[in-house]
Amino acid sequence: MTKSVRLAVNGVRHNIVADPGRSLLSVLREELKLTGAKYGCGEGACGACTVLIDGRPGRSCVVAVGSVDGKAITTIEGLERAGRLHPVQQAFLDEDALQCGYCTPGMILTAVALLDENRNPAEADIIRALDGNICRCGAYGRIVRAVRRAAEAIRRQA
Amino acid sequence: MMRRRDFFAALGCGVAVRLAAEEPALPQEIGAWIHINAEGLVSVFCGKCEMGQNIRTSLAQAVAEELRAPIDSLRMIMGDTALTPYDPGTFSSRTTPFMAPQLRQAAAAARELLRDLAAKKWNVEPRLLSVEAGRIVEAAGGRSLSFGELAEGRRLLRTVRADVPLRPPADWTIAGTSAPKFGAREFVTGRHVFPSDFSRPGMLHGKVLRPPAFQSRLVSLDASKARSLPGVQVIRDGDFAGVTAPDSHAAQAALDALRAEWEHTPQQSVRAFLASLKAQCSPGVSQHTAGAIAEGLAAADQRLEAAYTLAFIAHAPLEPRAAVAELVDGSLTVWTGTTSPFGMRDELARLFHLPKERVRVIVPDVGSGFCGKSRCEAAIEAARLAKAAGRPVKLVWTREEEFTWAWFRPAGLIEICSGTRKDGALTAWELHNYNSGTNAIGMPYEAPHQRIEFHPGRAPLRQGSYRALAAVANFFARETHLDEVAVALGMDALEFRLRNLKDARLRAAFLSAAESFEWGRRKPAGGHGFGIAGGFEKGAYVATCAEVAVHGKDVKVVRIVTAYDCGAVINPNHLKNQIEGGTVMALGGALFESIEAENGRILNPSFSRYRVPRFSDAPAIEAVLINRKDQPSFGAGETPMCAVAPAIGNAIFSAIGTRLRSMPMLLKN
Repeated sequence: MTKSVRLAVNGVRHNIVADPGRSLLSVLREELKLTGAKYGCGEGACGACTVLIDGRPGRSCVVAVGSVDGKAITTIEGLERAGRLHPVQQAFLDEDALQCGYCTPGMILTAVALLDENRNPAEADIIRALDGNICRCGAYGRIVRAVRRAAEAIRRQA
Repeated sequence: MMRRRDFFAALGCGVAVRLAAEEPALPQEIGAWIHINAEGLVSVFCGKCEMGQNIRTSLAQAVAEELRAPIDSLRMIMGDTALTPYDPGTFSSRTTPFMAPQLRQAAAAARELLRDLAAKKWNVEPRLLSVEAGRIVEAAGGRSLSFGELAEGRRLLRTVRADVPLRPPADWTIAGTSAPKFGAREFVTGRHVFPSDFSRPGMLHGKVLRPPAFQSRLVSLDASKARSLPGVQVIRDGDFAGVTAPDSHAAQAALDALRAEWEHTPQQSVRAFLASLKAQCSPGVSQHTAGAIAEGLAAADQRLEAAYTLAFIAHAPLEPRAAVAELVDGSLTVWTGTTSPFGMRDELARLFHLPKERVRVIVPDVGSGFCGKSRCEAAIEAARLAKAAGRPVKLVWTREEEFTWAWFRPAGLIEICSGTRKDGALTAWELHNYNSGTNAIGMPYEAPHQRIEFHPGRAPLRQGSYRALAAVANFFARETHLDEVAVALGMDALEFRLRNLKDARLRAAFLSAAESFEWGRRKPAGGHGFGIAGGFEKGAYVATCAEVAVHGKDVKVVRIVTAYDCGAVINPNHLKNQIEGGTVMALGGALFESIEAENGRILNPSFSRYRVPRFSDAPAIEAVLINRKDQPSFGAGETPMCAVAPAIGNAIFSAIGTRLRSMPMLLKN
């Protein structure tokens, strides 16, 4: 049984006809060809599929597309503005905060949501916000440094 | 599908350099490594695969250095059986010691060829010309030509000897620097196409029916309900069954609609296997002997026997195995996350009865592997589904499949019996490794009487290569045992090691780590402990100091200092990144990772039931690089993780006086 679902993804409106129980992740990746959000575990335990749903981080592998009808979704592809990277993206480059890069989109979006709420997070706040995201390459220290660097950049801009 | 020849044609005119087979140690056919087109774009062809270890960058640095070309004029074509020279695979930290010199030699040859071309053009002696930043320059005449201009309108081919001198590491200007990761922007913007992101026009999504246990036989399959679903095809071939559908959700629904009956034989649990591991192993195969153990023990004041064990663990790469297969006009192309594209090509050719020339395996940069993707069964399964469906098919393993149908780092038992004199000199060292493997099984310390054996075993689980292979196990047993000996002797752990260590580079690694850690100069706070461990593996020397804090049965690793000597450093920042990452990964195996299985079923095949290190587990990590510019460069993907577990275990002992001899090291209440 399919249903029409309205999604605003990275500012673009879509009407998706799909089984409402289908995961948001598979709709983003297969129907909208936005493959930045990754499959990592299918149970919301690794954070690789993280996207922003109305600005809050959500695990798109366990979010049914029918449950986000009418909501605004931001994926990693939507962070760059006119060729300018988001400060978190830039900070990941500056700190070399990745190895294989598979967890990177989920890390960046989780960090963006944190910094939207708290522009001056302590290290413990960063670790708490990101603890649900797995980096098997183990770049954790660098990622924390990147988020701090991005926070500074955002504060300077403000 | 574009073949190598067409690819060169598409690049347009240029200079191709072929390397003569002057390097007998390299198991590679003669082939082209470097191509420079008219615009000066340098294409480097290399069969290695990038999975996060940053070899795309380090190899480019090596080529740019010898070619004297700006690094941004390079692009690295990697892991493509149709375009790159044969390569046995990306494993065992072999890229830096073997592939980098190969590419450097090819680049140096290309540089000489370009200089000769310019000399001929200007009718001057080549020795009067210099090569810098992608140009041949005649200082005296004030003339210069770019690499691209020299390649103008011509396709040139030269077979070169491998005796062109290379620039020594002390003079490096591009290699030896912290060049940023190649293509990093693609990763932070989500534009990089991982194997699981790849798609083809008209592609279907596949799923494979898995039995409920290992060693199962498919007795019957009722596919009628699945077949009635729109766009679904069901494939059965013996014990293999799978579905294809227009999207992954529909494929999963079709898979769920299959009614299968399986038959399987009873199988040993991991617990039972570990309890009787020794009895299930073959007699020992000697790895090293010296003197006579009985004599060494007779000369000892102190004798210590202890056994160390380790669990089966999973690689759990964040990107599960994935493949897209396409069969067109009798040619099979597979885009997949393997680290052995040529091995997969040969296997696919054999299985599908195709000549090798009709199989192409392409490896987009992979979402990590940790030596678990040297073979990728998803590629074979996707090809079976694509052949049956007559359309390209994508198959991405679920996390549960990844945890179940890949293979595991072998569990093992290591028994050590040592003899030591009161003055701290080791007199005897007998080590038996059961099932875990032979890497780093040798004794880096001096011991006049040695007997070292490996006893191969048969496990109830599929076991195979893992990052650093058995080195982690053998380091753990040896360095824990030495700590026990030092404690029994009342000697400082570092002093005891140095007392028995002649190797200058390993001594230097221990001393560097100890200095940065302030070993012996600081005392641990209450509930905290310090530990040290080290060794040699795959051309590199490593020493690690750990500080832990123990609260009840919780162990928090507070700080790790690792000194690392892998010869001349090619990229200091990426080397540090590897040391930090290897440390975090090693911490998982040291403290909590363990695969449990019963009767052919994995009991913890998910991230919620199999704990891997997270942010809150990561210690402060300090990587101390010992840059030996006078020594050849070796890798860093594996060895930095080897001393982590014993350093942590020794620190736990120092904190609470409890000796943990099993990985993962779990404290009981």
